[in-house]
Amino acid sequence: MSISAAFFAIIRRDLLLAFRRRAEAANPLFFFVLVVTLFPLAVGAQPHLLQSMAPGVIWVSALLAALLSLDAMFRSDFDDGSLEQLLLSPYPLTVLVLGKIIAHWLVTGLPLLLVAPLLADFLGLPAQAMGTLWLTLIIATPLLSLIGAVGVALTVGLRRGGMILSLLVLPLYVPVLIFASGAVDRAAGGLAADAQLDILLAMLLAALVLAPLPVSAALKMSVN
Amino acid sequence: MQPDQSGIMQQPPQPVLVVNNLSCSRDDRLLFAELSFSLAAGQVLLLEGDNGSGKTSLLRILCGFRTADDGEIRWRGQTLDSGSYYKEMAYVGHADGAKKELTVLENLRFTQALHSQSGYDIDQALIKVELAGFDDNSVQTLSAGQKRRLSLARLLIAGAVLWILDEPFTSLDRRGIALTEALIAAHVRQGGMVMLTSHHDLTLTGLPLQRIHLNSCQ
Repeated sequence: MSISAAFFAIIRRDLLLAFRRRAEAANPLFFFVLVVTLFPLAVGAQPHLLQSMAPGVIWVSALLAALLSLDAMFRSDFDDGSLEQLLLSPYPLTVLVLGKIIAHWLVTGLPLLLVAPLLADFLGLPAQAMGTLWLTLIIATPLLSLIGAVGVALTVGLRRGGMILSLLVLPLYVPVLIFASGAVDRAAGGLAADAQLDILLAMLLAALVLAPLPVSAALKMSVN
Repeated sequence: MQPDQSGIMQQPPQPVLVVNNLSCSRDDRLLFAELSFSLAAGQVLLLEGDNGSGKTSLLRILCGFRTADDGEIRWRGQTLDSGSYYKEMAYVGHADGAKKELTVLENLRFTQALHSQSGYDIDQALIKVELAGFDDNSVQTLSAGQKRRLSLARLLIAGAVLWILDEPFTSLDRRGIALTEALIAAHVRQGGMVMLTSHHDLTLTGLPLQRIHLNSCQ
């Protein structure tokens, strides 16, 4: 077997696992839809207010949904000994870890991408900002999975790591939130959002290359 | 702390795994110190000792999960990280390392993908551990003993030279124990190496068996 076979095998396995645990895997998406739909109810029917809040509401909900889904990334592997078997594989752990992160994004990030335009329309986000919203989600949700993976790998060995995980990851999520909602906000006002999108893209590329390294190192420490 | 050699050995074979002056402590308690031994092709090493004497810790050091406080481990003359060690070893620990939502076949396919060497194919391995016909059962429907057998199937599929087994006989029935011993014996006769901990008395007649007794030293 080759390294690419191992890489795709881990993605396939995690997708299959998510399919077998459908109810659990759908939780973050359900949370996302719930939070966004609760806003108009709480704020009241003020179309202009909702319209101007839409980028922020969608992005905060997406970020919290991602945070909610993080802990599951390595938890079951850690508990049932699969993580040890991954570490013993002769293939580089960084590649296997990247496979796991991609699978995590396919399960938790991709569904957000599909429902977000619908919810944005529901909040009254102008049609001209829809494309930018999509772009920010495509670029930045994988970024949330990559950054989050570092935090999860560091806390997976702790019995009650949930609180520490949020504290570790949230500060790193803040720039993503600012640039992403900023880009959508500008697009809604008819301005160019290229700068924000470029910065998000740069962050994604950097994280894609750099994140698997600390994740592997942290996982090795966690099994110790 | 010295390994006492027993069993039949015509001529000393070339050691493949060499452990030198290894020490390990946990929570300020010394588990073992200056432990040295070597393992050559076709040998079995049995770790004995009371609970908490450091057997599992030693095996985890050999897997690279823990770092020893002192000492060195060489595989074919190279350190564990630089050589071919991880291509040639397989580990069965306390946890099964199988996904309970996946079927036996899906789990073993994944094992196959994770290893660069290929050993037995899945059907053969399942016949060897007497799990044939369970391919499509999800792992959560298996009994504890059957999960153990699944771990053994994983060893066969990995095609490893060195097997590191932590209490492989736990929750196996008498037939399962005999089967595991037969697998170990067959592996060793083909030039493999096995390192294991067990509270059960091994019946490996005619095989070179090294015993290391770890005393809990304070």
